[in-house]
Amino acid sequence: MIKAILVFNNHGKPRLSKFYQYFNEDMQQQIIKETFQLVSKRDDNVCNFLEGGSLIGGSDYKLIYRHYATLYFVFCVDSSESELGILDLIQVFVETLDKCFENVCELDLIFHADAAHQVLDELVMGGMVLQTNMADILCRLQEQNKMQKAEAGISAAPARAVSAVKSMNLPQQLRDMRLPDLPQAIKDLKF
Amino acid sequence: MALKKVKGNFERMFDKNLTDLVRGIRNNKDNEAKYIAQCMEEIKVELRQDNIGVKANAVAKLTYLQMLGYDISWAIFNIIEVMSSNKFTYKRIGYLAASQSFHADSELLMLTTNMIRKDLNAQNQYEAGLALSGLSCFISHDLARDLANDIMTLMSSTKPYLRMKAVLMMYKVFLRYPEALRPAFPKLKEKLEDPDPGVQSAAVNVVCELARKNPKNYLSLAPVFFKLMTTSTNNWMLIKIIKLFGALTPLEPRLGKKLIEPLTNLIHSTSAMSLLYECINTVIAVLISISSGMPGHAASVQLCVQKLRILIEDSDQNLKYLGLLAMSRILKSHPKSVQAHKDLVLACLDDKDESIRLRALGLLYGMVSKKNLMEIVKKLMVHMERAEGTLYRDELLTRMIEICAQNNYQHVVDFEWYITVLAELTEMETSAKHGCMIAAQLTEVGARVAETRAFAARECAALCARGAAEPPRAASREVLYAAAYVLSEYCTEENVMRESISPLTLCAGAGAGGAHMRARAVCVHAALKLAAKLLLLYERRQDRPAALAVLRETLAGLRPLLCSEDMEVQERAHNGTALLSLVLRRLDPADPALADCAPERGDVTDTLVQHEQSNGFDKDGTDEINGDEASHSFSGGLIEELASMFDGELKPVAPKAQKKVPMPPDLDLTRWLSHDAGSSDSSSSEGEDETGALFTAPQPDHVPIQQFTPDELAMLREARRQEQANNPHYLKDDSPRSYQQDDVQVAEIALEVPLIVQTKRSDKYLSIRENSKKTKKEKRPTKKRKNKVERHSTDSESDEGAAGARPSVAEGGELPDGAALSDDEPPPRDDPHRALDLDLDVPLREEELLTSRVQQYPLPETGLLIKNKKKESSKKNKSTEKRPSEKSGHKKKVKSTKRSKAVDLMLPELLDNDLGDNLLIETEDKNQSSTATGDGERLPEKIKTEKHKKSKKDTKDKDSKKKKTSKKDKHETKLGYEEALGISTPSKEVV
Repeated sequence: MIKAILVFNNHGKPRLSKFYQYFNEDMQQQIIKETFQLVSKRDDNVCNFLEGGSLIGGSDYKLIYRHYATLYFVFCVDSSESELGILDLIQVFVETLDKCFENVCELDLIFHADAAHQVLDELVMGGMVLQTNMADILCRLQEQNKMQKAEAGISAAPARAVSAVKSMNLPQQLRDMRLPDLPQAIKDLKF
Repeated sequence: MALKKVKGNFERMFDKNLTDLVRGIRNNKDNEAKYIAQCMEEIKVELRQDNIGVKANAVAKLTYLQMLGYDISWAIFNIIEVMSSNKFTYKRIGYLAASQSFHADSELLMLTTNMIRKDLNAQNQYEAGLALSGLSCFISHDLARDLANDIMTLMSSTKPYLRMKAVLMMYKVFLRYPEALRPAFPKLKEKLEDPDPGVQSAAVNVVCELARKNPKNYLSLAPVFFKLMTTSTNNWMLIKIIKLFGALTPLEPRLGKKLIEPLTNLIHSTSAMSLLYECINTVIAVLISISSGMPGHAASVQLCVQKLRILIEDSDQNLKYLGLLAMSRILKSHPKSVQAHKDLVLACLDDKDESIRLRALGLLYGMVSKKNLMEIVKKLMVHMERAEGTLYRDELLTRMIEICAQNNYQHVVDFEWYITVLAELTEMETSAKHGCMIAAQLTEVGARVAETRAFAARECAALCARGAAEPPRAASREVLYAAAYVLSEYCTEENVMRESISPLTLCAGAGAGGAHMRARAVCVHAALKLAAKLLLLYERRQDRPAALAVLRETLAGLRPLLCSEDMEVQERAHNGTALLSLVLRRLDPADPALADCAPERGDVTDTLVQHEQSNGFDKDGTDEINGDEASHSFSGGLIEELASMFDGELKPVAPKAQKKVPMPPDLDLTRWLSHDAGSSDSSSSEGEDETGALFTAPQPDHVPIQQFTPDELAMLREARRQEQANNPHYLKDDSPRSYQQDDVQVAEIALEVPLIVQTKRSDKYLSIRENSKKTKKEKRPTKKRKNKVERHSTDSESDEGAAGARPSVAEGGELPDGAALSDDEPPPRDDPHRALDLDLDVPLREEELLTSRVQQYPLPETGLLIKNKKKESSKKNKSTEKRPSEKSGHKKKVKSTKRSKAVDLMLPELLDNDLGDNLLIETEDKNQSSTATGDGERLPEKIKTEKHKKSKKDTKDKDSKKKKTSKKDKHETKLGYEEALGISTPSKEVV
C-alpha cells in the first residue's frame, strides 16, 4: 500500500499532497516538512530509498523518491510494494504529467494542482496502484476532459474571456520564471 | 428576478478563481497568512451563493488552501453540495475536495450515502469511477456497509475501467466492513481470471494485500496464482504474485519446493531488475521456510547470493541498496553464504551514500567472528570519528555495541579491549541516549565478566578523574553514572581507590557542571563505598594513620556537598558524613575535622556513639562476630560494620524476574503484621522484620518477643524504633549481603548501573592480542573473585572451551525458582486486518445463508455469475438476464428490511428512493416484480440457479477459454512492464 504521495519543491513548498491514511492538516504539514528535511539533504547521486521518517509509518514504511529539476516526488510505501516498481511508477507519473502539460514544469503544478490530482487518481486509487500503462491513463484523462469541455460549452465563454484578461500579464511572468524543462532533466538523470 | 440572477452571475465572474488565488498568494509572500485569511472570508461569502458554479469555484480554492495546511472541515456541507451537482466538472471538484479533506470519522458522511450510490450507478463510467476514487479516500464503516452491494455490482460491470476500480475499492470496503469479505470473496477470486489484464492485476493486488496480513486463509489460491505466475507477462502483476508467494511459503513448505524452479528460471531469464529482485526475495523466503535437505538447495542459495553480489557491485545506488537489503534476509538463515562476501559488505561501509552504509552496518551483525571483530570495530571507530550527522553516528555506535554484545559477547575474546573501546566511545561526541547504552554495557561487562573487573575499575577511575577535571559532555555524563558504580563496586586496588575518592566527590559537586543529577548522587555513594573498603583494608593492616587520612579526605570532599543544590546529593552527603564522623570519632575523638564537618551535629554524634557503646546487644553482637579479630580492629568493629553495608555481589537479573517472584505461601497480606493486632504504631520497618521469610538474618531480639507483657512490648518497641532511627547499622538488612541470598529483589538495581571509559588505546589490543592473552592467563588465577567466576562459568563452559583464552561470561540472569524465561505475548494490536482473518475456504453454507449478512449477498452474486457467462456467449442477452436476478436480490432485501430490523444491518434503507433514480433498475423492477416473493420461496430458487450456473459453466468453459486467449493476444503488447521512453530505469536493465 502507498500511504502518501508528496510533491514539493526544492524549498519544501508543497505542490501536491495526497494522503491515503487520515492525518489532520497540521500533521500533514509536519510530515511534509519532515520528509523534505530528510530528502533534501541527500545528494542526487545516492540511492532513492530512505528509511525513517518518524511521523509517517514506522519500520515497515519506506520513502521512495525522485528528484526532477526543482521538484521532489516522494512516495511513502509499505513493504508490500516493490521498491523498483514504485520508482517506475513515479517515472510514469511524471511522464504522464509531462504529456498532459506539454513540458511540465513546477508552475504547471502550482497553477493546476487539480489537474495533477486527476492524473494521480488514474494512477493510484486509495493507496493501491491502479494503472501503469501511460497510454491508457492519457486516454482516460482525455475522455474526462472532453466531458468537461462539452459541459462548459458556450456558457463558459464569458468566464474564459475574463480569465484571459486576468492572465494578460502571465506569459511574461511565465517566461521569466520558467525552470529547466523536466524532460531534459529526466534525460540527464541517467542511471 | 431572472435578470437579477443573471446579473449576480455576471458579477461572480469577477470572483477570484483558483488561478487568481494562487497568483495572489505568490504576490503576497510577505503577508501570506493575512492574504489567505482575507481569501477565506471571500470564500465563505461565495459559499453562501446559490450558484453552484460559484460554490464549486470556492471549493476548488479551499482544496488548494487545504494543501497549504488550512483546515477546511467546516466546509464539509458545501463540498457535499458540490459533489452532488449534475455537472461532471463540478463533481470532479467536489470529489477532489472530499478525497483531500474527508476521513472516515468526518461528520455528515452519512449524507453522502445516497449521492454516492447514485454516482456509482451512473451511466457514465467516469462519473462512477470518480465516485469510486473519491470514496476510496474517505470510506467509513457505515458507507462500506451501505455501499458494499453496489460496489460488488460494479465488479461485474461491462467496463473494465469500472471493474478495475471496483475491485480495488472492495479492499477498502473489507477493511472497514469485514463482514463483506466472505460473501464477496468468490467474485474476487473470479476476477483473478478476468480477461482484462488491468482487472486481473487489481484483483491480484487486493488478494496480496489481504494475504499479507492473514496468509493462511489464502493458501488455497496458490494454484491459481501459480498458473498466473507461469503465464503472465505483466511485470507489475508478477511482482505482486511473487511477493504473495513469499508470504505464503512459510506456511506451506511444499509450495516452496514447487516454486524454486520457476523462480530460478525467472531469475535467469528476466531483464527487469525489479522482477529479478522480487524473485530473489521470494526464493530467500522459500529457502528459509524449507531449511535444508532439499536437492539443489545449496545451489539456489548460491544463485541468490551471486545475483545479489552483482546488484551490490552495480554502480546504481538503488540496486546496491536493495542488494544489501536482500542480503540481510539471507543472513538470518544462511550466514555462511553471506560471510563469503564480507569484502563487499565492508567496502559498502565506505560508500558515500548513508542509506547504503546503514544497510551494510546492519549486515555486519552476521559477519563478525572472534577473529575479525577487533578489525571491524577498529574500522567502525574510524568511521565514528569521521561521520557527520548524528543519525549515522548513533547508528554506528548502536551497531558496534550490538555486534560486540551479541549472543552474550560471543565474539569478544578480550574484554579489556572491549572496555577500552567503550571508554574511547565515551570520548566521542554522541548523544545522551548512547551514553546510556555505553553505560549499560560497562555495567553489564562488569557484572558478567568477573575477570575484567579490576581492569574495568581502573578504566572507570580514569573516567571519573577526567569527569572531575573538565565538565563532561552529554554522553560521558551518562557514563559517569556507570563508571562510579563499577569503580566502587569492583575496585580492589588500594592506590586506585585511594586516588579515586576525591575525583568522585568532585564529580558529585558543581565541578562536574552538567553532570546528571542521578550520576552525581551515585558518585557520592561511590566515594563512601570506596572509603569503607579502604578503611577495612587499613584496619586489617593496622594502619591507623592511613585510615585517618582517608577519613579526613573523604569528609573534606563531602563537605561542599552538604549544601548541594540537588536533594539527593545533599542527603547522601549527609548520610556519608554522619557515618564517617562516627568512625572518625571512634578513631580519634579529638580530630579537628569532626568539629569542622558537622559542628551543629556534634551532640547528636556524641549521643550516637554513646548509645552504640552502651547498647549491650549491638556491641556484644559485634564482638561475638568478630571474635579474635576484635583485638586488632582499632575501631571496635565499626569499620567492619561499615564495610559490610557494601559487601556482596550484585548479579544480573533476567528481564521480568520481578514479575515472576512467586508469592510466599505463608504470606498473608490481610493479617496484622504485629502479634499485638491492636497496636497501630507498628511501623512498616517492623513489618519487614516480621515477613522475615523473604529476608535473611532474623533479628535475635525477636525470639523472646512473645514473652513480654504489653507494657514491656510497647517499651521495647519504642526503644527499638529509637535505635533504628539513630543506628546506621540498622541498614544491615537492606545491605547487598541480604540481597545476595534474595537475588530477585536486588538485581534490578544492578542492571541500571552503567559506566565510562577513555583514550584511544584499543588498537594495541589488536596488535598484542596474542601476548596479552598469555599474560592474562597467568595473572588471572590471582584475582580475588575467582571463586565466584567459577560458579558463573558453569553455564558457559562449552563456550569457553571454544574460545580458548576467552574469559567466562555469566549468561542470562537470575530468576525466581521455578520461573522460566518466556516472552509474554505482546498485546494484540489494533489492526483492521485482524477482523479479516476469516476462513474463506468454507463455502457459504445454507445455514449461513440464512443470516442477515449473507442473505443479502448470494443472490445478486449468483445473478452476476450468470451474467458473466452470458457475456461470453451473447452480449445482448446479458444485460437483461443479469438484471432480473440482481433485482430480485434487491427486492428481497427491501422485503427483509420491512420484516425485521435485525436484518437490516447492511440494507440501504434508501433503496426504494434509489429506484427512482436509476432507470435500469426501474425497468428490471417491472420484469421481476413477480419473482420477488417470500424468503422461503426464494431460497430453493437460488439453489437452482446455482446448479444451473454450474452446468452452464461446464459447457461454456471451452468457449470462454478461447475468448480469453484471443483477448490476451490482443493485450500482449500492452501487458509488458511499462517503461519510460528514453530513460534507463533500473527495471529495464539487463543483467
